[in-house]
Amino acid sequence: MATREERIGRSFVPGVRHPEAVAAAPAPFDVRGLVRRVLFIALLVGFTVLFIYPFIWLVSASLKPGREVFSGGLIPETIRWENYSELFNQQPMLQWTWNSILVSMAAAVSVTVSSALVAFAFVFFRFPYRNVLFGIVLATMMLPGAVTMIPQYLIWDFLGWRNTLVPLWAGNLFASPFYIFLLRQFFLGIPRELFDAANVDGASPLRTWWSVALPLTMPALIVVFVFELKAAWTDIVKPLIFLEDIEQFTLPLGLKAIVDNPSIGGELHFELLAVGGVLVTVPMIVIFFLAQRYFLEGIATTGSTGR
Amino acid sequence: MSSDTAAGRADKVSRWSAAERRTLLWALLFLSPWIVGFVIFTAGPMLWSLWLSFTDYNPLSGQGDFIGLDNYARMLEDRRVGLSLWNTLYFSVLYVPLSVTLGLGLAMLLNGVGGRFAGSFRTAFYLPNVTPAVAVGTLFLLILNNPNGLLNQALAALRLPTPSWLNDPDWIKNGIVLMMLWSIGGTVVILFAALRNVPAELYEAARVDGAGPIQRLLNVTLPMISGAIFFVLVINTVASLQLFSEVYTMFFGQRTGASAAGESSALFYVVYLFRNAFEFLRMGYASALGWLLFVIVVLITFFQFRLSKRFVYYEGE
Repeated sequence: MATREERIGRSFVPGVRHPEAVAAAPAPFDVRGLVRRVLFIALLVGFTVLFIYPFIWLVSASLKPGREVFSGGLIPETIRWENYSELFNQQPMLQWTWNSILVSMAAAVSVTVSSALVAFAFVFFRFPYRNVLFGIVLATMMLPGAVTMIPQYLIWDFLGWRNTLVPLWAGNLFASPFYIFLLRQFFLGIPRELFDAANVDGASPLRTWWSVALPLTMPALIVVFVFELKAAWTDIVKPLIFLEDIEQFTLPLGLKAIVDNPSIGGELHFELLAVGGVLVTVPMIVIFFLAQRYFLEGIATTGSTGR
Repeated sequence: MSSDTAAGRADKVSRWSAAERRTLLWALLFLSPWIVGFVIFTAGPMLWSLWLSFTDYNPLSGQGDFIGLDNYARMLEDRRVGLSLWNTLYFSVLYVPLSVTLGLGLAMLLNGVGGRFAGSFRTAFYLPNVTPAVAVGTLFLLILNNPNGLLNQALAALRLPTPSWLNDPDWIKNGIVLMMLWSIGGTVVILFAALRNVPAELYEAARVDGAGPIQRLLNVTLPMISGAIFFVLVINTVASLQLFSEVYTMFFGQRTGASAAGESSALFYVVYLFRNAFEFLRMGYASALGWLLFVIVVLITFFQFRLSKRFVYYEGE
């Protein structure tokens, strides 16, 4: 009992417990403390429900007949799996899914490899203006995407890649400032002697990068990979700009098309919106649970190094 | 200096030794993806977009004449620029303080859980953040629906007013704030990590000195995590000034039966910029809008950094 009190007291949820109260009144039954703990648990559970319930509701809506989307209980009276097959029949869902997989894999692989190369250069080599260059890398992180969006569109258009999937990932071949910054932090953590040892053994810098640096920073590389996988999978701006033919759509753009016109034969089908929402989201939730550690560590690391 | 033994025997006459030159070549090779990308996809486009902002470039004809400052002059007269700036400001002023305070509250809640359960709750809080923006917009079209959406059903059950979140100009932006607060998980994760790094001894010391929970919050917790608070303040501000995907999904594009009120009440700055560039094909004008956004973001961030010098405590200073 005492240790539990200690822990909650130390955690500093405001108003959880007055430590003086423990000293002043070591009563076996502490009403105020109990009220606070109940309040604390109620808040915790309440917020958890707020964050999770919409997902459950969406899944439920996706399995209901259209008319019942907004009515009826959480558990549909009759579960309509047909909603899913209906959407697959109506839209090229498989093609969209495949496009999304292709784009996000290409985007994640290319940005991980290129950013790792560049970040390694900033740690391994000593060359003139190194810090100035790195300062430029950091400065470009602040640049709003809207400023460069139009010329980038014109460039890909000029290269003849509008209405293809290429512009959705190929920019990632050229590394990304945020990931260069993140990976540089991790490369800095490797003892310099390891690089020197490889050098003495006659390894080229490329070899040192591949055989010494990369294996030691695997967790950071996975962080970059899953971050970009998520970013590319969820992106809607680039697909909106570059894609025209329905066959080229990614899943999010496909869902946007369904949102734009959810009627079939003049009847609105909200349940199909829900099906689309579930299908776009579920792969991300699966990836998140598989790589949860990396997601959360990545955010915490970049957050705490950001100050 | 490279540790290459050749360095020792380097030609003293040449400015750079052979080893140094080799190092430089290798460095350039490793840096080349970023250098090429920076020139082609960042620096070049910045200059190009600055040039475009002085033209009336139309991508269909491929024609653009130099028109001087006309685009910028036009922005002053364009009622929709003022409107979209107002909408963006309204949203940011509500969203940024709410996201930081609520995020801090939730992070402290997590911190109070302790032990292995904290991780599970953190996961629950973070889950909305992995949801694609289009799916968030779609989900909230259903949640905010009037009169039958999830939110209004809940409000009706509590005997509270049920506004028309998607059609009433006075409520559209509030609904968008609620939607964006649903994905507050990133802020929570950052602040939670910062809270866990506060040394327990500080709390012990404060407690010995007789500090109550509020005093400990004000005098220990907040100063110790002020760096993280400042960080989320800056990134949430920059993000809210550029709000686009969720709102565009809900109110724009080729939506049939889109809410007419959304056309003006949900017209955020980047949404208007995007429409100009890719729907109205006024790319010169859109570039000028982009540069105004750039200036606004830089000014606000600069101002926040100036303020931070007074409020942020850095260890070791």
